[in-house]
Amino acid sequence: MPDLSANLAGIKSPNPFWLASAPPTNSGYQVMKAFDAGWGGAVWKTLGVPVVNVSSRYGSINYKGNRMIGLNNIELITDRPLADNLREIEEVKKYFPDHAVIASLMVNTREEWHQIVKDVQNAGADGIELNFGCPHGMCERGMGSAVGQNPVALQTITSWVMEVATIPVIVKLTPNITDITEPARAAVAGGADAISLINTIQSIVGIDLDTLSPYPIVDGQSTNGGYCGPAVKPIALNMLKNCSLDPGVTVPISGIGGIETWQDAVEHILLGANNVQVCTAAMHYGFGIVREMKSGLENFMREKGFEKLDDFVGKSVEKVKTWENLNLKYKVVASIDEKKCIGCQLCYTACEDGAHQAIGLSGTDDNRVPHIIEENCVGCNLCSLVCPVEECITMVRKDDATEHKTWKERLAEGSAPTSFNDQRGGGVGHYIPEPIEALKKRK
Amino acid sequence: MAEYNKPSTIQEVDENFGQIKPNMTATMAYNESSRCLFCFDAPCVKACPTSIDIPLFIRQIYTGNITGSAKTIYDSNYFGNICGKVCPTEVLCEGSCVYTNQNEPPIEIGRLQSFSTREAIQENKQLYTTAPANGKKVAIIGAGPAGIACACELRLLGYEVHIWEAKAHASGLTIYGVAPYKITNQEALDEVEYLQKQFGFQVFYNKKAETEAHFNTLKKDYDAVFLGIGLGRTRSLGLDGENLENCVGATEFIEKFKLNPLGTFIGSRVVVIGGGNTAMDAASETARMGAEQVYLAYRRSKDSMGAYEFEYDLAKGVGVQGIFSASPVAILGKEQVEGLRFIRTEVKNGKLVNIEGSEFDIACDMVVKATGQEKQAIFVKNFGAIDTDAKGRIIVNDQFQTTDPRVFAAGDAVNGGAEVVNAAGEAKKAAKGIHKWLSNL
Ligand SMILES: Cc1cc2nc3c(=O)[nH]c(=O)nc-3n(C[C@H](O)[C@H](O)[C@H](O)COP(=O)(O)OP(=O)(O)OC[C@H]3O[C@@H](n4cnc5c(N)ncnc54)[C@H](O)[C@@H]3O)c2cc1C
Ligand SMILES: Cc1cc2nc3c(=O)[nH]c(=O)nc-3n(C[C@H](O)[C@H](O)[C@H](O)COP(=O)(O)O)c2cc1C
Ligand code: SF4
Repeated sequence: MPDLSANLAGIKSPNPFWLASAPPTNSGYQVMKAFDAGWGGAVWKTLGVPVVNVSSRYGSINYKGNRMIGLNNIELITDRPLADNLREIEEVKKYFPDHAVIASLMVNTREEWHQIVKDVQNAGADGIELNFGCPHGMCERGMGSAVGQNPVALQTITSWVMEVATIPVIVKLTPNITDITEPARAAVAGGADAISLINTIQSIVGIDLDTLSPYPIVDGQSTNGGYCGPAVKPIALNMLKNCSLDPGVTVPISGIGGIETWQDAVEHILLGANNVQVCTAAMHYGFGIVREMKSGLENFMREKGFEKLDDFVGKSVEKVKTWENLNLKYKVVASIDEKKCIGCQLCYTACEDGAHQAIGLSGTDDNRVPHIIEENCVGCNLCSLVCPVEECITMVRKDDATEHKTWKERLAEGSAPTSFNDQRGGGVGHYIPEPIEALKKRK
Repeated sequence: MAEYNKPSTIQEVDENFGQIKPNMTATMAYNESSRCLFCFDAPCVKACPTSIDIPLFIRQIYTGNITGSAKTIYDSNYFGNICGKVCPTEVLCEGSCVYTNQNEPPIEIGRLQSFSTREAIQENKQLYTTAPANGKKVAIIGAGPAGIACACELRLLGYEVHIWEAKAHASGLTIYGVAPYKITNQEALDEVEYLQKQFGFQVFYNKKAETEAHFNTLKKDYDAVFLGIGLGRTRSLGLDGENLENCVGATEFIEKFKLNPLGTFIGSRVVVIGGGNTAMDAASETARMGAEQVYLAYRRSKDSMGAYEFEYDLAKGVGVQGIFSASPVAILGKEQVEGLRFIRTEVKNGKLVNIEGSEFDIACDMVVKATGQEKQAIFVKNFGAIDTDAKGRIIVNDQFQTTDPRVFAAGDAVNGGAEVVNAAGEAKKAAKGIHKWLSNL
């Protein structure tokens, strides 16, 4: 039985699944229920001077049959008095001493920071997370993402916190920035023990086409919100990868953003997260969703022979290179399994109109199975991505794996194209139909 | 007119008995699993007699964790694949799927369940390791769903388990009774073999346990005994002509037919008597074997039939014709069945009565009596201090312990005849009951 226990900068939890600071961690009632359901830790809903929220607060993106693949919110931090939250933190810790309770904090002045850090430490929190990420409402007041977007301010506030902190401090970053490694390094410079990312992404999810008001609608009007849920995972993974690769980011990382299944969690861990945090999935399916995550992670570790998380934390980082270091000699082409093909011809139209005209049709109605024209195929994957049948279109390696040449090497040896009509461009000699052929195919 | 040609080879039999819940491909399973809403306090779980965590196992399919999915299923029900195929899901899990509340097709829970468990079986995934031997032994009589499920659970807890089975194969009526278009015998046997490999219980085949002396040795040599003996033969109707050739009991006919479909007599005009699921099965089976005309005769109205609606639909779908409110009076013929005499019935003051002078005959060359099975009364009598109720069912307490404290029982013999899933679920609880009792001695 693999060991699922996690350790982020000294904060221990029985498994790597924490609830992110958000409505699911709004109260001791919810956190206790979550721990009972199997969550390993919880980052309390951000504490500070209690706010006043609007109604309504959320909007979402549905895709085909699936609801809420992206969620947008315009909620602020906690609207409950600090004393109530502290009392509940204390009570939760009494019942669940081995689970991680992290207090998320957001205040303004140095005095306020000192005071609230001491308060949550006294309440028995296992760690502190600094919310420098909220990209709506709070940033208008100079907090949240306003800090996360300003590395100097971020470092200063972090160092204020470190003046009084006796428990590990995590700095939570905003993705609403061009280079995530800048605030990450500032957090390290300020003395943070760990970073977490990402908070939500500024967004507008849609507009009510009857009233013309964007969602979520507050008395006919709206504001930009923060976007999260499965749709944001790729953005989160990339920022995580950037931090993992940056030699200046020397602290452990808590991965957040779009985690709904065990696979999402494993991906975060493979790109360098020591644990993961989840918000939208818990808001969608309730705390019970952790059953699937834990069982899947366990099964993955067993099948891969990993005994503990550290066996694979960051294992995929070394497989990420800059583009110029990728092998230009590697060559795959698509291959269609005729027996599996159901004849939708989506691959054909995708390649024909959206790629390289490398798929042909039989031309008869009784055979709808397309075929790959190998010499035209550039190995882009598009057809295999649109194919609705599992394993019907696969990419097959065609080079003999003996040659290796990167863009960087071609630049160095002077074999890279340099002028507009350079005959060494990749597309030279590749099949391109004459424009008029388009009209000849007209039905 | 017959809907099916009389098969003359095993291949043709198989064609006539195409699976009504065929195996899903990976793409189908993925797409179907993505429809599951992961309901809170899901009604499907409540509708499952073994309370499988259905939203979890479906989500595990969705996330590619097929092994975990199979484990979730087996944790609640050792007959995962069999139940996925033979359970009346329309009235259980699938019937309660919330999608049906907005007239959308329910999630195909049964087929998804078979998808995961079949993969585990085919890849021989080791999902369980048995506890170290605890030095105690349990004897089980009957290797049907009840006996096997009880054996798995006891092995998990560290008991040594020996099973006596009267027949040549394990899995009871799943092999000898369940209609072949629900599951093939091979698949049922594969699942039991898979379980046996993991749990290591021992089965003695072709060993009927029935003498008092045998029972006494069992009770002496073992710490506890579990009875998973199911039901007995088809009940006699007490009609004239019941002993004519080609007048057969449904369970006996189905058993013979399932083991040797081509060597079993099928009439060209068949009357099946009864209104339960076994009657529907027998009617469907004779029709699929190429009988020209199959009648299903029930003494009450169509609506009062005990069979599930979808089972009747299945029979109708293969051309079976219903005769309702008609009670059999005599089976006609010299040596072989030549016809059946009925009398019409009506309900008067809540009672079913015959309408005088309304007799009519139907010519036929085969009669199948699907009018219920006897209980194993003789068996139980030989066993000593085990009480049965007025209907012949073995009486047990909430731990599935009989009135002889050393003896436990579950499945058809206790519930009077239900489904595989009930037997599997109850027997698992009975194993826990045995463990609790033996641990407290
Ligand atoms: C025709 C028919 C169709 C059915 N179709 C379905 C269906 O589609 N779906 C469904 O879920 N259920 C169906 N059922 C019901 C289902 O098969 C039973 O509920 C289930 O098999 C009961 O399991 P059991 O272990 O209690 O008994 P059984 O399956 O009857 O098993 C009892 C076992 O004990 C053995 N045995 C009995 N006495 C002795 C003895 N003295 N010594 C040694 N061994 C003995 C028998 O040989 C048998 O193997 C059907 C039943 C019938 C008759
Ligand atoms: C309604 C809502 C409220 C949130 N409130 C907070 C908050 O108070 N503090 C915080 O640090 N992050 C907050 N977040 C961001 C989440 O903690 C998390 O970073 C983000 O949702 C991405 O994770 P996910 O894709 O799993 O939802 C909130 C998110 C949502 C949806
Ligand atoms: S989830 Fe629905 S019921 Fe609950 S607070 Fe929000 S709007 Fe109200």
